[in-house]
Amino acid sequence: MSESFGGVTTWRGLAALVAPNGWGRFLQDRPLVALAALLVLLTALVDILSPGAVSPDWVAATLIFAAPLGLIAAGQTLVILTGGIDLSVGVVATTAGYVMATLSPNGAVEAILVGLGLGVLIGLINGFGVAVFQVQPLIMTLGMGLVVTGVLNVYAQQTVAAGAVPVVPDVIRQLGAGRILGIIPNSLVLWSLLGVVIIVALKRSGYGRVLYATGNNRIACRLAGVRVWQVLLVTYAVAGLLSAVGGILLSGTTNVADRGLAEPYLLPSVAAVVIGGTSVFGGAGGYSGTMMGALILTIVAGLLVVVHAPAAMGQIVYGGIILVVAAAYARVVTEQT
Amino acid sequence: MNGSAATTSGPPPVSMTRYLIGRNGWTIGVYALLGLLFFFTFAVNPKFSAYDLRSLALGALPAALAAVAEAVVVFAAGIDLSVGALIAVSNVLAASLMVNADFAHSLGLAAVVLAALTVAGLINGLIIILSRVPDIVVTLAMSFVWSGVALLIMSQPGGGAPPEFLALATGTFMTPWVPNALIVLVVTVAIVWLPIRSRPIGLSIFATGSDPQAAMRSGVNVVRARLTAYALCGFFSGAAGLALTMNTGAGDPLSGGFFTLTAVATIVLGGVSLAGGHGGLLGPLAAAYVLALISSDLIFLGVSPSYGQVIQGTIMVLVVMAGGLAALRRSAK
Amino acid sequence: MIVSGASMSEPILEIHGLAKNYGPVVALRAADVTVRAGEQHGIMGANGAGKSTLVKILTGVVRPDAGTISVRGQVRAIRSPTEARRSGLATVYQESSLIPDLTLEQNFRLTRTPLPAVRRWLDELGLHGFDARIMARELPLATLRVLDLARALAADPQILILDEMTAALPADLTETVFRMLGQWRKSGRALVFISHRLADVSSICDGVTVLRDGVTAGVVEPVRGHEDQIVALMLGNVPRPVGVAVSSAEESHESSRAAVLEARGLRAGGALRNVSLEVRRGEVLGVAALEGQGQQELFDCLAGVRRPDGGEILVDGRVRSFRDPQDAIRQGVVLIPADRAQALLRLRSVQENVALPMVNRPKRWGLINVAREGSQVLQAIRRLEIDTRAQSEVRRMSGGNQQKVTIARWLASGFKTLLCFDPTRGIDIGTKRQIYGLIRELAASGAAVLIFTSELSEIQLVCDRVIVVFDGSVVGEMPARVADEATLLRTAHGMAADPGSAVAGAVS
Repeated sequence: MSESFGGVTTWRGLAALVAPNGWGRFLQDRPLVALAALLVLLTALVDILSPGAVSPDWVAATLIFAAPLGLIAAGQTLVILTGGIDLSVGVVATTAGYVMATLSPNGAVEAILVGLGLGVLIGLINGFGVAVFQVQPLIMTLGMGLVVTGVLNVYAQQTVAAGAVPVVPDVIRQLGAGRILGIIPNSLVLWSLLGVVIIVALKRSGYGRVLYATGNNRIACRLAGVRVWQVLLVTYAVAGLLSAVGGILLSGTTNVADRGLAEPYLLPSVAAVVIGGTSVFGGAGGYSGTMMGALILTIVAGLLVVVHAPAAMGQIVYGGIILVVAAAYARVVTEQT
Repeated sequence: MNGSAATTSGPPPVSMTRYLIGRNGWTIGVYALLGLLFFFTFAVNPKFSAYDLRSLALGALPAALAAVAEAVVVFAAGIDLSVGALIAVSNVLAASLMVNADFAHSLGLAAVVLAALTVAGLINGLIIILSRVPDIVVTLAMSFVWSGVALLIMSQPGGGAPPEFLALATGTFMTPWVPNALIVLVVTVAIVWLPIRSRPIGLSIFATGSDPQAAMRSGVNVVRARLTAYALCGFFSGAAGLALTMNTGAGDPLSGGFFTLTAVATIVLGGVSLAGGHGGLLGPLAAAYVLALISSDLIFLGVSPSYGQVIQGTIMVLVVMAGGLAALRRSAK
Repeated sequence: MIVSGASMSEPILEIHGLAKNYGPVVALRAADVTVRAGEQHGIMGANGAGKSTLVKILTGVVRPDAGTISVRGQVRAIRSPTEARRSGLATVYQESSLIPDLTLEQNFRLTRTPLPAVRRWLDELGLHGFDARIMARELPLATLRVLDLARALAADPQILILDEMTAALPADLTETVFRMLGQWRKSGRALVFISHRLADVSSICDGVTVLRDGVTAGVVEPVRGHEDQIVALMLGNVPRPVGVAVSSAEESHESSRAAVLEARGLRAGGALRNVSLEVRRGEVLGVAALEGQGQQELFDCLAGVRRPDGGEILVDGRVRSFRDPQDAIRQGVVLIPADRAQALLRLRSVQENVALPMVNRPKRWGLINVAREGSQVLQAIRRLEIDTRAQSEVRRMSGGNQQKVTIARWLASGFKTLLCFDPTRGIDIGTKRQIYGLIRELAASGAAVLIFTSELSEIQLVCDRVIVVFDGSVVGEMPARVADEATLLRTAHGMAADPGSAVAGAVS
């Protein structure tokens, strides 16, 4: 890979110029490039299979549907970075959206705050179990998910019996489905803003540093004086908050608030994180990859609709993509160590 | 490193019986809980009949087998999040193959289904080992793939099986108080697991989960042990799917549902540690019945299923927190 | 035990020219070992001499780059533990091979070892009537080791290899084991005994192969009470390039310096029994000890990594109790562990690694002042001459540079007392000298340093004062100028210091 003759007159020359240490190392250092390429490829595929489908409207719709997934996956990203996993994100999102909707007739702002607060509370309980009692995150969040599902059902029955009808407030509907100047989706703005905050926090704040450190090597953290339980507690609470935001946004996007709202988002949230390059073991990765992952998954879902793929193929392709991408990361990463 | 003769025979200063009881404490506890629950059931429902017992056993059967499937993988310090999807595959495969078969054929077809699912489990294991991707991610992805396979086999609920085949689980044995479902459960597990458990192959599964380095020093083939665990998981998932077919009399590609997560919850309640290396199947079997019994009791008492879910989930959370606390105290010594 | 006339029998194990490299690191250069039938043969060598690599090759865990192994005259290629067993070699490893979560009976069934055979050997060793239904994790370490031995013997091997097996055994059990093995080998088999316990080796071995720097330095027939030959071979007859022996300046003022960190009667975990020491401002106190004499527990207690079972720790004269390392760090006590893997975030950059303590409390979790942090980190990097840009990933650096990063971390965050646990393990000579030089500088500018190194020859390069720890207690204390390798080796092995030295250390 060392030929570059008087400029980039050959493919090899171009390759050598762009990736002097080989493609493997290049992709590993800049996984976003690979993901962006995949994104472009998929978009092209959509246009090939359904000519003219790719329009500004299509882009906007894709972004609108990717945003809630992206937010739910944000919390998942943080938790996975610590080496854990959060199986309650779907439930938390649903709860936040549903409760907000039922309370909204009494004041939209209060309702939203309650929804967010619930997310934080559930996250704190998760964090408590994981950090203090050292319960495995899989089990703790699984159990909390079941508990909250049950509580939500009870709550739903009581509100229905009391005659209250869940209503998604206008402001949320605007947020979820509306657009600025008819083009830029509001949800994209929200997602981008939060995305920037998260990315900056991960890269430039002390919390971000200890988060990565915790996922990397808990012993080193301890020896350097970091109290790991504090990091975990905060992380799960933030994950709960972000899931709640995602759930509220989703209710606005779909203008639906029912108990099945965000259930199907659990596995895709993990998938988005994995595709985005964050290692399941923790300690490496970031949110920008997850955002790309959320977009990719949304486009893939749309793709399957466009080709009228039977549900079966859709599932298989979905699973196949996760496997292939994860295996590619595993191969590239282990080569370097 | 003192010079005393404390090392002559090693065992702790209590009798063997007490030691064995202490070691199996959790399992004994779960069975005690089950017994208490039965008392409770009879107390609130004096009309609890053989029929009720039969439906209990029938309802618990697929979940119990799913728990067994998950437990075997967890023994090897792994996890399989595709158990539910595998169950769905088994269910629709059986229902579509057996729809026009007679009883004799259906038995043969059942064997085919079991073989196919064992291979499926093996595929899971191979992908995990060859791709070097963590088992959580692989089985998560494969859960989508297997769900898709189930949909390919049968896109709508349908199919069927000969009534004699269904009666294998729905009927009773000798007296109305001994449900077939319970017998099927015990026999299946006993025939397949007991011979493996005490042989080197079964022990190597536990060894791999307990301490892979020591296992390698002992000459254990760790790769083979893990593959065996995943293959067994496939087998028992297949059995669970067959049980589901016997239960519903039909196939439903979406029947996988909550099996995976419930299976994990069940084995934790049954005293199996997710860290792997030790545990048994007795605990999870009882735990499956405990959960089924709690659920049916709550329904009988008119408690809405949601409360039931809250209770189940809370129990699980409290149980694992207590377990975590106990582990902490042990390691701090 | 004077050697019997077993030296004339046939060789049962011959190792010729064994070599193994791990990348640029040469673990074995050309090792030769010959063991005869009926012989008990020892293998000794300092850390890094190649002992553990040799064992790994013999047990099939690692394949050699060159050389041959022959058993009873037949060349064998040992590619796996199973093949090692088939070649007639049975090993008792440094760590038990019993599975903790299985019962003894299950453990033996796992390896297809017949229980009666194991019981027979246990009887010979004086362990009667144990119950095989016990789980391995419930048993004390000494029992596990004996069980490992019984299992190895039950495989009826030609050659039995014991790798540091007696380290966990109490004295009486060790004697029983040796007595039994002495009988066992008479049937024409052989025992290979790898240990750093000079006394044990010279008691039971007919011959000892000494490794140094990856080659066989010599073979000796040991005589109990006169182990100097072995020690000399381990050290090398050629005077080692010791480098500038740093003069311990102002020795006479030592005792007048304030003790920054003090331990009184510290006890922990069984291995650490009773250690008291004082680390003073401006002084480097060295700890010399063989493996597993309690020094790990000592450092862990002082750094807040574990709580002592007994005794006290004082900082600046006040008793302190450390719940976790953060408490210790707040008192200015910081630890550099031996295992770089423990201290480093492998996937993160040098900058993040060095700056980690700066964000260790929630108060510090806000936005980072990148410029200020950057300059602090850069200062530390420059001072240590770390050979990389601050942004590259730590895992791509050499071992020496990685160790420098762990030190840079505390340089940048500040400290009063530095605890270094074997900081130069596995590091090249050049970097070692740099690190030692830095430690001397730090002490000169007022820090208190406590350092443990397993490389006894280097104690004099960096320490002002040395204490020797054996079997969990302090068995010797001396100024650095008399702490040469031979003296330390003897004291660390629990023996009296060389009577020929000018100042005799404390006798064990």
